[in-house]
Amino acid sequence: MAKVIEGLYYSESHEYLKVEGNIGVIGITDYAQKALGNVVYVDMPDVDDDVEAGTEFGAVESVKAASDLYSPVSGTVVEVNEALEDAPELINQDAYENWIIKVEMSDQSELDNLMDAAAYEEFCKK
Amino acid sequence: MEENLEKNEKRTCLYDKHVALGAQMSPFGGFVMPIQYVGIAEEHKAVRENVGLFDVSHMGEVTVRGKDAERYVQHIFTNDIAGAPVGKIYYGMMCYEHGGTVDDLLVYKMGENDFFLVINAANIDKDWAWMRQHAEGFDIDLQNRSDDYGQIAVQGPASEQVMETVLGIPCSELAFYTVKTVGDVIVSRTGYTGEDGFEVYATPDYIRTCWDKLIAAGVQPCGLGCRDTLRFEVGLPLYGDELAEDITPLMAGLGIFVKLGKEEFIGKEALAKQKETGVAKKLVGIELADRAIPRHGYTVLKDGQPIGEVTTGYHTISTDKSVCMALIDSQYAALGTELEIQIRKKTFAGKVVKKLFYEKRYKK
Repeated sequence: MAKVIEGLYYSESHEYLKVEGNIGVIGITDYAQKALGNVVYVDMPDVDDDVEAGTEFGAVESVKAASDLYSPVSGTVVEVNEALEDAPELINQDAYENWIIKVEMSDQSELDNLMDAAAYEEFCKK
Repeated sequence: MEENLEKNEKRTCLYDKHVALGAQMSPFGGFVMPIQYVGIAEEHKAVRENVGLFDVSHMGEVTVRGKDAERYVQHIFTNDIAGAPVGKIYYGMMCYEHGGTVDDLLVYKMGENDFFLVINAANIDKDWAWMRQHAEGFDIDLQNRSDDYGQIAVQGPASEQVMETVLGIPCSELAFYTVKTVGDVIVSRTGYTGEDGFEVYATPDYIRTCWDKLIAAGVQPCGLGCRDTLRFEVGLPLYGDELAEDITPLMAGLGIFVKLGKEEFIGKEALAKQKETGVAKKLVGIELADRAIPRHGYTVLKDGQPIGEVTTGYHTISTDKSVCMALIDSQYAALGTELEIQIRKKTFAGKVVKKLFYEKRYKK
């Protein structure tokens, strides 16, 4: 079973978001990394890039295919996880520990559009 | 993962075995096929380092027999089989009059005026129509046997040993690109991985028995996922990527399989002209400096201007590099030419390299 963590927000495109003050820490869920298989590349935006809720901001690539990443919220990228540049497989080891970007959120009300852990767990069963 | 099972997708004779092994199944060429069992990288390495087993029963088989069989094959096939010894296998293409590619295929010479043609699954209907359409005036018995044969490929440096000890098929004497029959069973030293290996064509029952024996002996089952990464690394083309109706064998760098000295074959005039004037687009290898992965359909640029498209690309499993094959304007095809590939919002610098990312290790 894929791991789902209490207290995080989840999108239907299998990103998670952890709130730290006005910062959203974004990555892909355990369910997503399992479905992808071996991650071989993570395409990340640059710091200071703007991201928009529901819009593509990068991609996670397995051997076979590229899978777009969609931002769960709008805001500005304040940090990218540089460790993934040389070791994208970290996402397979622990998808929640190895986040992809941190975003300064511009509209916290967008969190209302995301699922909680229980709803996401249910969503993955469908 | 989801199983995209559509009613119009066929199952091979090994379908239930794949499901029982927990394979990820996906549509390919009109069939629902195993993409991977444990992971593309693990399966890929099994073939490079030891041995792997593939279900390739989706491939199509056509037999050509009769008085004009050789003349007919010469007519539809770019390679030259004139005077070939029985047991020899030839790779080549069927082309349109305009030189574009109908399909790439293997021609097995089973006997005098007796040929066994192996075609791509996705092209079976199209090829069969093409073959029948061009059979007029030839005294031949042409049969589409695609539903009658199951097929497995045993590939990797340990394949000969496994064939002999597990399947009991002696094949140490079988040379590269030759075929022999054991009763109704057809065995050839061929494959699509760049490694030594064998392909076995037989009745579904026999193929199922072979599969069970090989799995019981611990041979790694391998899906179409690694079949693609393996063939890509050694620069072998896949119809639909590197070959197509608008991609001639000459554009794909397969000129050695097009025998323009032959008296006649469909597409000869167009291809001869293309050879004389030079091809406008050419298939090349490109290596990127970055880890970003060029995928099928991505745009290749020179100084910001589009000059072509990626046909297949991977971050290679054997060599850990981001590389691709791409069809680009010929003027930029020289080795070492610097160019860029558009990957989503960014462009990445690369250079033209040989489209051989891993040395083939055939046993010849």
